Amino acid sequence: MMPTSSGGGSWKPTGAGADGGVPDQFPAGLRVLVVDDDSTCLMILEKMLRHCKYEVTKCNRAEVALSYLRENKNGFDVVISDVHMPDMDGFKLLEHIGLEMDLPVIMMSVDDSKSVVMKGVTHGACDYLIKPVQIEALRNIWQHVVRKRRNEWKELDQSASADEQKQPEEPDYSSSANEGHNWKSTKRRKDEDDEVDERDESSSLKKPRVVWSVELHQQFVAAVNQLGIDKAVPKKILELMNVPGLTRENVASHLQKYRLYLRRLSGSQHPGGMNTSFMGGPDPGFGSMSSLNGLDLQALAASGQLGQLPPQSLATLQAAALGRAGNSKSTISMPVMDQRNIFSFENPKSRYPEVQSQQLTNNNGGKQMNLLPGIPTNMEPKQFVSLHQSGQHSLPGMNNLVLIQMGGQSQIHIQGQGQTQAPAQSRQPVMSNEMLTRGGVVDMAPTTVYNPVVSVSQPSPLVNFSMNQKTDSRGGSYPLGGNLGIPNLPTTSSALQGDVKLETKVSRKGVVPSYDIFNDLIQNREWGLQDVGLTFDQSHNTIQGGLDASNPMLLQHNRSSGRDLGGQNCNLTSGKVVLSQGFDSRTHHNGSNVGSHVGQHRNTYVKTENDMLYSEQYGQDDLLAAVLKHQQHQQQEGVGQSDNEFVFDGYALDDLPV
Amino acid sequence: MELNHTNRQINVTRNSLFEQGYLDEQFTQLEDLQDDVNPNFVEEIVTLFFADSMRLIHNAETALENYPLDFCKLDDYMHQFMGSSSSIGAKKVKNECTQFQECCKVRNADGCTRAFQRVKQEHATLKRKLQTYFQV
Repeated sequence: MMPTSSGGGSWKPTGAGADGGVPDQFPAGLRVLVVDDDSTCLMILEKMLRHCKYEVTKCNRAEVALSYLRENKNGFDVVISDVHMPDMDGFKLLEHIGLEMDLPVIMMSVDDSKSVVMKGVTHGACDYLIKPVQIEALRNIWQHVVRKRRNEWKELDQSASADEQKQPEEPDYSSSANEGHNWKSTKRRKDEDDEVDERDESSSLKKPRVVWSVELHQQFVAAVNQLGIDKAVPKKILELMNVPGLTRENVASHLQKYRLYLRRLSGSQHPGGMNTSFMGGPDPGFGSMSSLNGLDLQALAASGQLGQLPPQSLATLQAAALGRAGNSKSTISMPVMDQRNIFSFENPKSRYPEVQSQQLTNNNGGKQMNLLPGIPTNMEPKQFVSLHQSGQHSLPGMNNLVLIQMGGQSQIHIQGQGQTQAPAQSRQPVMSNEMLTRGGVVDMAPTTVYNPVVSVSQPSPLVNFSMNQKTDSRGGSYPLGGNLGIPNLPTTSSALQGDVKLETKVSRKGVVPSYDIFNDLIQNREWGLQDVGLTFDQSHNTIQGGLDASNPMLLQHNRSSGRDLGGQNCNLTSGKVVLSQGFDSRTHHNGSNVGSHVGQHRNTYVKTENDMLYSEQYGQDDLLAAVLKHQQHQQQEGVGQSDNEFVFDGYALDDLPV
Repeated sequence: MELNHTNRQINVTRNSLFEQGYLDEQFTQLEDLQDDVNPNFVEEIVTLFFADSMRLIHNAETALENYPLDFCKLDDYMHQFMGSSSSIGAKKVKNECTQFQECCKVRNADGCTRAFQRVKQEHATLKRKLQTYFQV
């Protein structure tokens, strides 16, 4: 059945303000998508929902539902799905939706056993109804939509405040960050309509940020394809794209992310297939990235091979990570996004690292993908752009650290960027999407990945962290010395960026926040990375300087997301400085400070280092290596614990090869 | 409005269905959904239910003839059956389905077969009764 949702209008409580305002007819007009293989139930539900004055679209197959959702990015407000379906498990669908679209999903089933209900919770369902469903139960489903939006706004606001910049000025890419004020905006990254509000907010951004909108990303991908992925160098890509205002650095960081993404796609064949099907199928790799990243880092750290981590190994690690994650697929998607997000946060400029924009562009050319679930889509594009911009620092690699945990919601909406993209490009944008979307799924197996790798593409953002804003910390704390010696991430920094899947636990759905995972990861293993961040040498200092602003932002954001991040230092929230605190502590390798960001920092941490260390290509790898190396030194420090240790120097997450 | 004879008859039939446990409050929900837009909503749903369930019963029967029994598949069928029958408020049918699922869980082949027969029986009975009901 064709979606009946009314055209593009997103359901927004008319006149609603940032939170609170309730539209006159609210919640009437709520656009619901119902998925159930049982036609009887489907009909009954449809009738009940219509009685509640909602707009209903029904379909009896999960794949069909997904295609409806993908075609109509902002066409639905909430999804209700049965658990047992023949063509696809309801939980799988739930994950997909979470990753790609970040919509609230309500599960339902005749089965009311605790284990199944728990599964719903862990997979991110925002509610679970027992059949037979009564109309009263359906009447209040609007609360889930409102709640989600509120959370998104909150995240946005938080990140925004931390960052102080809102979305990049570019109007077309209005980032969703600004959305906070507008229900609409968070609602779905709708396209420009909702962005207006955001734009206003973005004007407060200090630095121009490049938002990698879907269109822009598509242009990018086209340019890359034209040149050939091997020969695609930022300069040439820039020339081909011929976009005024776009700098080589922007392209460079975006390219890194993209490479990572591609690497992920090819390298990590995630089991589960979520990756592939994710995002409309194109970018399986994406998802895995995130999970891998996190894991990889750990693995790397563990192996202590920092310096030499050959790409393969990283990929392997990632794969392992993915595997561990269980759903790595889903989680992975986030990484990319996450990274971006983080990155964006870090950078005042761009909230969403380019990755996002890529994704957005990729996705459907049309609208940005909701890269960051948590973050209003609008933001995303901008974010990315900004990130890139901020990436001016020499750390190209960092760009992608998008750790953006975005409140756990890494809205990786990017769904399927690949889908929209021309087949040729399938890979490309998808990256971000996957990451993003994956993020959504977040449920992210704890094991996974919260890829700390938040490869912050922009060196700057991440850098801040490590920098602690204090020069002194820099000097001293980073033993790493320049090259973290991070193992060569397979894609060489660039790759990482894209790939790093910030597995920020996109638990959008309410699942464990990415941070948690990250924390877990870190805690469990003395994540070398953490140290890495801290250890940045002086050499990093230079780089880091740039990031200051961005990083804290990023971190903050993550934090606000409410994830558990460790809560430790919430320095992040304070904005740039936040890191510093963590930083200092980090030097000792105390994760305590960083802890809060834990998830994020890690990523960012990693990244920055990378970025700092390498200019563009190494970022991730080096960072990783450095981290690992550092870790070795600092093992004792307590890296394990809290994220704190992870000095958020820079997330190399992006770069973490997946 | 005054109930004329027909209405009263309908009510009697209806009440007996409830009292005898064939239907539960879910059926009432369906009735509440009936409106001018869909004046025969309940009947439509019930018809749809029986059409679907016939298919499920048939599948289950086939599965029950294949030894060794594929309990997973059977459980699946019953799960679906239970879902739809509970949605229309077919109380007895649903209960029998639960029994069937219990047997599946413990892999009791004989128990499954017997339980299935009861499911079929209840299903047929309900169908008959509702058809009568709607004809009134």
